[in-house]
Amino acid sequence: MTSTEKGQLVTANRLRDGIAVFLTRSGQWSETIDDAALALEPQAAAALEARAKDDEKATLVTGAYLIDAERLNSRIRAAHIRERMRALGPTVRLDHGKQAEGKGAGFAAPEGV
Amino acid sequence: MYRYDEFDHQFVRDRTNQFRDQAGRRLSGELTEDEFRPLRLMNGLYLQLHAYMLRVAIPYGTLSSKQMRQLAFIADKWDKGYGHFTTRQNIQYNWIKLEDTADILDALADVEMHAIQTSGNCIRNVTTDHWAGAAADEIADPRPVGELLRQWSSLHPEFSFLPRKFKIAVTGAPNDRAAVKVHDIGLRLHKNAEGAIGWEVIVGGGLGRTPMIGVTVRDFLPELELVGYLEAIMRVYNLYGRRDNKYKARIKILVHELGADKFKAEVESEYAKRPQASTEVEERELKRIAAYFAAPQLEKLPRWSASFEEAKLGNPAFSRWARNNLGAHRADGYAIVNISLKPDGGIPGDATSDQMRLMAELAERYSLDELRVSHAQNVVLPHVKKDDVFAIWQALEAAGLGAANYGLAGDIIACPGLDYCALATARAIPIAQAISRKFSDSAKQDEIGKLKINISGCINACGHHHVGHIGILGLDKKGEEYYQITLGGSSAENASIGSILGPGFAGHEVADAIETILDTYLKLRGPGEEFLAAYRRVGAKPFKEALYATA
Amino acid sequence: MPLLKNNTLIAETWAHADAEGELPTGDVVVPFARLLKNWEQLSQRRDKLGVSLVNIDRAEALSTFLPKLQLIVLSFPAFNDGRAYSLARQLRQMGYRGELRATGNVLPDQLQFMLQVGFDTFEIGERFPLSTWQQASKQMSLAYQRGLFRRGSEAEIWTERHTDAEPWLEQPHAG
Repeated sequence: MTSTEKGQLVTANRLRDGIAVFLTRSGQWSETIDDAALALEPQAAAALEARAKDDEKATLVTGAYLIDAERLNSRIRAAHIRERMRALGPTVRLDHGKQAEGKGAGFAAPEGV
Repeated sequence: MYRYDEFDHQFVRDRTNQFRDQAGRRLSGELTEDEFRPLRLMNGLYLQLHAYMLRVAIPYGTLSSKQMRQLAFIADKWDKGYGHFTTRQNIQYNWIKLEDTADILDALADVEMHAIQTSGNCIRNVTTDHWAGAAADEIADPRPVGELLRQWSSLHPEFSFLPRKFKIAVTGAPNDRAAVKVHDIGLRLHKNAEGAIGWEVIVGGGLGRTPMIGVTVRDFLPELELVGYLEAIMRVYNLYGRRDNKYKARIKILVHELGADKFKAEVESEYAKRPQASTEVEERELKRIAAYFAAPQLEKLPRWSASFEEAKLGNPAFSRWARNNLGAHRADGYAIVNISLKPDGGIPGDATSDQMRLMAELAERYSLDELRVSHAQNVVLPHVKKDDVFAIWQALEAAGLGAANYGLAGDIIACPGLDYCALATARAIPIAQAISRKFSDSAKQDEIGKLKINISGCINACGHHHVGHIGILGLDKKGEEYYQITLGGSSAENASIGSILGPGFAGHEVADAIETILDTYLKLRGPGEEFLAAYRRVGAKPFKEALYATA
Repeated sequence: MPLLKNNTLIAETWAHADAEGELPTGDVVVPFARLLKNWEQLSQRRDKLGVSLVNIDRAEALSTFLPKLQLIVLSFPAFNDGRAYSLARQLRQMGYRGELRATGNVLPDQLQFMLQVGFDTFEIGERFPLSTWQQASKQMSLAYQRGLFRRGSEAEIWTERHTDAEPWLEQPHAG
């Protein structure tokens, strides 16, 4: 049985090494998009954003922003191709990035399938 | 080539220490990202899609084997074993950590290199002809001026917070391989009837959102006036360039909105106000620098190299590579070796650390220890004896650097695009790979002949698609990648901006579209007529019809 | 507003007048529009006179007033708005030798550039300790550009390279 939830999540770059990361429910920053907290309501999204701003001030991450995404059967698919890229790595070097480290998203960037 | 003296060494060390301090203050939170961003950009550090990217300066595209080996070392130690050579003769590393950057800058300083001002709203790397000092058609080597301007522009206190980035290119040959007409300032060397050297000053060229060809404001500026005159141009830009709109902030917009005459008048007025200081120091400095670029000690060789000719006769693959990848050297018995970093189906401009080390070794052994980086993302060995060319080719072949496609359809220029770049709207590299694979047949590429295909993954045009004979621009249409094709661009001395052919294409359609265009060209070209000439003769109509004809 | 000069904090001695209204007593700095409007009255005062410019004012417009001015205030509306660097240098090239002050978005990492183009004093705000400013003022010990207004801790590379034999080639410097 498939289940789909549509909402928003927060992503940023980790300050010290620039790696793209995603904000989890417990307030950690994970490299794996499937770990991200998906806000289904605007208020929840705002709360995620606020938490991210705090972590920017604490110099953990930089440039945090909300993106549209959906959860399909416990895997998260970012709505935009750019964000699907950030959750995987370069499509031309499959041996580099999250996709090569077991942290990649479940949806290929270009097609999103 | 230029060698640092104690002052240059101290300068890059101070700069590295300064950055180490600034990065520390960012990591501690003392500096916000908004405050730190221009500081890190002025040291070439971008925050990209996956990680930080460091753009290392290769001034006027010239480096030694020692420097190339250090670039390989940096790739291994702090990145993932490779680097990307760019359309402005620099090198980029894609997987850099902020916390490592000061150490990398120290490693660069160890070999007289840096990443100063390779980004930010300041004066960037001064680029030039990748065959400078070697080409048969050159009037004089432009690199002493390149070095003079590099120093003058480094941490210039008045011009470090310009409205936008500022790019300068210089050329010393009538065949412009430095794209001077599409730079913020382009300088072209001329010799007058008396044999004196002067510089044509071209302002307001550029690509990006609004591509423009530059206008000439001075036809023959004496060399010693260069620094003073450029200061006047920079000051007019700094004061009156637009700061309200990022997309209208380049000097080309100022020149366009004021009009060329009014802009020139502002510059001349500013220039006239300069205190009449002696240019004696500039003259001595230019002489001091020029000594480093004195013509190299070449052997007196016959024009004809028997071993080279024999090798070609015995080896068709070598013969083809020699035909396509060698440039005419001004000295008899010598050649310019162009190493294509565009293997079939490969990533344009990328080189592994092993490949960098091999190129360094070849340069040290066969090219007077000198290499160049070209705007087409290739590497050049400028001073090679024809006698040695075969041995070099064999080594290149073994290292995957033997692509015989220099200047042909397979020698595609592509920016990193959405695979790496935070600014991109579409991927560029897979498009390049698809086209490359489609034309991997060497006979086909030879048949098509000289062709520049440029691919940009966004409107910022880092792939220089506006000046490609065939340009491809990657856009985003409702979240899907979408590609516009332009024809007829050129960055040479008769520079032109390409025209959009028609509606765009999906990613998987682009290579076929390029094939249709080139098949059309092959059908209508005159004997020996290259693609650009054919396009200029027949216009877009035949290509439009072929591409968009209803079935 | 803390005022930085020669790497130390100094007291403000100037009164800042508005575009309209009564002029304060003592040394006063007025906006440029007011300087133009009230020049007769202002130039006859015995106290020191200063003017504050905005970035779209032209330096040349001040040329007739320069001999009477002891303070010019230039502003940085954003720290990356670099117009005031050119205004400062132009004013120094026009011969102005009074106090040149930077206000607005002034950050330690731009201090050395500002000193080099001719600024003397800086409204620095409360954010950074004095030690950060002092450290920032001497980060670079060298500069390539010639004819900079101030040579504090930096040596001019081109001049150093070429003046051991001919000291007369040295550019004159103030401050």
